[in-house]
Amino acid sequence: MTANETLSQLKQSAQPHLALEPERPQVLVGIATCANAAGARKTRDRLEQALESAGLADSVDLIQVGCVGRCSLEPLVELRMPGQPPRMYTEVDEERAEQIVRQDLEGGQPIPAWLLDEGATLGAEVSPNGHVAPGEINLFTRDWQHVDFFAQQLRIALRNVGRIDPESIDDYIAIGGYAALAKVLDGMTPDEVVQTMIASKLRGRGGAGFPTGLKWKFTRAEEATPKYIICNADEGDPGAFMDRSTLEGDPHSVLEAMMIAGFAIGAEQGYIYVRAEYPLAIRRLERAIEQARERGILGENVLGADFRFDIDLRLGAGAFVCGEETALIASIEGKRGMPRPRPPYPSVSGLWGQPTCINNVETLANIPAIILNGAEWFTGIGTESSKGTKVFALAGNVNNTGLVEVPMGVTLREIIFDLGGGVPEGREFKAAQTGGPSGGCLSAAYLDTPIDYDSLREAGAIMGSGGLIVMDDTSCMVDIAKFFLTFTQDESCGRCTPCREGTKRMLEILERITSGKGEDRDFERLQRLCDATARASLCGLGQTAANPVLSTLRHFRDEYVAHITDHSCPAHVCRSLLHYEVDAERCVGCGLCKRVCPVQCIVGNPREAHVITSEVCTACGACFEACKFDAIIRQ
Amino acid sequence: MLYQREVLDTPEWWRGLDEMIARERDANPGAVQTALIPVLHYVQDRFGYIPPKAVNHVAQALGVPTSYVCGVASFYSYFSMEPRGAYTVSVCQGTACFVRGAQAVLDEICRQLNVKPGETTPDMVFTVSDSARCLGACGQAPVMMIDDDVHAHVRPRDVQGILAQYTAKARHEMQLREELAEIDARSHHE
Ligand SMILES: Cc1cc2nc3c(=O)[nH]c(=O)nc-3n(C[C@H](O)[C@H](O)[C@H](O)COP(=O)(O)O)c2cc1C
Ligand code: FES
Repeated sequence: MTANETLSQLKQSAQPHLALEPERPQVLVGIATCANAAGARKTRDRLEQALESAGLADSVDLIQVGCVGRCSLEPLVELRMPGQPPRMYTEVDEERAEQIVRQDLEGGQPIPAWLLDEGATLGAEVSPNGHVAPGEINLFTRDWQHVDFFAQQLRIALRNVGRIDPESIDDYIAIGGYAALAKVLDGMTPDEVVQTMIASKLRGRGGAGFPTGLKWKFTRAEEATPKYIICNADEGDPGAFMDRSTLEGDPHSVLEAMMIAGFAIGAEQGYIYVRAEYPLAIRRLERAIEQARERGILGENVLGADFRFDIDLRLGAGAFVCGEETALIASIEGKRGMPRPRPPYPSVSGLWGQPTCINNVETLANIPAIILNGAEWFTGIGTESSKGTKVFALAGNVNNTGLVEVPMGVTLREIIFDLGGGVPEGREFKAAQTGGPSGGCLSAAYLDTPIDYDSLREAGAIMGSGGLIVMDDTSCMVDIAKFFLTFTQDESCGRCTPCREGTKRMLEILERITSGKGEDRDFERLQRLCDATARASLCGLGQTAANPVLSTLRHFRDEYVAHITDHSCPAHVCRSLLHYEVDAERCVGCGLCKRVCPVQCIVGNPREAHVITSEVCTACGACFEACKFDAIIRQ
Repeated sequence: MLYQREVLDTPEWWRGLDEMIARERDANPGAVQTALIPVLHYVQDRFGYIPPKAVNHVAQALGVPTSYVCGVASFYSYFSMEPRGAYTVSVCQGTACFVRGAQAVLDEICRQLNVKPGETTPDMVFTVSDSARCLGACGQAPVMMIDDDVHAHVRPRDVQGILAQYTAKARHEMQLREELAEIDARSHHE
């Protein structure tokens, strides 16, 4: 029996929770870390109760899915009624949950005001369009092309996230999962798989952008056995959550890709190194591995074929540097997670000295789609040097926080303003930070640059893993540089001197500048330290630690000048440079500022102008925030 | 989570740990050390910290020096060598939360509990974390966590109310535990 036949059998006996063309109403609740933070678990419980008391518990399916990526509107609840286009309810708290069951499910009256598309497709007919091939047209495109937020995206890595129950392997199989694995096992040689990956020009999504096909080729070429596949799910970049969402919403796509990689390079064992801060992702991965073993997809004979593969989890323990591949390997080996010089690269000498291929979660999630649709399909998407799509985690001061997957080459403006809905409260866009602690801040001048690996690097930032933090005029760029240096200095493992000392000295200078004690010579000092740290450090952490400083120096030099020369912080962030005073003309003596002041430095009689004792004032800003009469002056 | 340290510190508990170590060791007979971090997770999750007794025990079971175990445990910020409070409170120190005002929330927590980041309240109810990392809930920034509960879009003025829920819970559980211990002691007596 071929692998494909084995898979067909599994498919026939599968009992997926989600039907593509449901025969009875289905209620989908996004259950993921972000959604849970917004209260999705309570929403689900309430829906369950409400269905129960409406007597609908047996005729309506309540199903959990991953996060569709529209974080700021969570909890999201999607209704799929037979013969109707799906509708997505937003910000569903317990009260709304109750109401949705009563009014929509029971009474047949949808509530347009709460719908993502405000009811644009209510009443429309759907023509059954059968099966959806993964990759090109997926369920998102089919169901949500009339909603801008989804229509402007192209979901390849995230194709199933939010569309299936991540805890059900049957759901994954039903929408075409493991078909790429079966295709590889039945009809491709390992070399053909490697060639397909090379031809697809897929580049690693974990940060460095190294061509995945080449990495597989090098590891395949090694003669030593055993070999290992590692999935890097450490996602240490603060402000990035693409990998978490993929693992929580579609864990099997990562397992499938690891098996394909194992087949291609000749490995029988894979490890997923996942950070301990992601308990839900860990649970769902464990579940997925268990189910794959039960179905004979992982194990001695993968899908009945002559190929053995198994996967184990390893948890991180809160060290950012363990995202670096050699440190990660040390950590799996049970050591302090310190990087070592390369070469030799892991493809030659990795885990326990054996040839090892490390790939990032998002890189892997692309692979089944590439195998099924072909390299040519993939190279048709994106720019000359960067093919395919990239998932960005859109956060910070932007209206639509969430996850978006767009073709390489779209502009920052399209992501931040079209998809992200711009900056809240009518404030002004100031900067976009990409690449986390290794990346940089780009100013408004770069909003129209098409983004790919190379254009971002030229602009002084990097693609990184896909964290995209939007900042408005309330962020001070010197303070942001200090924030990242605090992070890298804290996370520097201490092994090499340039990184350990360089980050510390840079941080000291930034602290001086933000406390108003900067000197003109600090520009030159910073520049020298940046160069030295970047050139002499052992691993990527130190080599890129200066980027946040360099990019802010390049694009926001005037802010440094303001701090150093004028002793002022234009964004009113750096406390030592702030001074608060009461505007006696405006103060009505309501006493609110006096009550909120944590250090009791405000004095005054009721209905008389108050006064701030500046020697005691810590410039915390509590009075400024509290005053209803704009009577506190901040300088 | 309220760690039932006195309950955990029993012979059965250590046998459970030994079984866990044996399982990990057998899974990778050629590379026993790889069990170390999973084992430390096991201890940390159940005890709330890694007591010296456990360090010695683990070192012996895996055949590595005690100093090696300490070296690994101290490298990773997830592991603590000091007892922690019943609840660990942390404010995400990631970029998205920072940009959205996480510092003010942390300041308020420290002010309310009268401790500095990294410290534990004298009544052992709260430990304020000084190394909280991005949880991946950046879309809901700023976020604060109390153990595994995530609170989204927290403003400084929400802090007091959130902490109060847990103080009440901790008091209640501590009281229950004392009562149980009393009942236990009495039944032993009889
Ligand atoms: C300090 C540092 C942290 C890193 N963190 C991560 C991470 O969290 N996730 C990740 O996939 N890659 C991370 N990387 C990149 C990895 O070293 C490696 O390049 C990547 O996992 C390879 O996978 P890819 O080719 O699929 O991108 C990090 C690198 C450095 C230097
Ligand atoms: S930055 Fe706070 S949750 Fe990610």
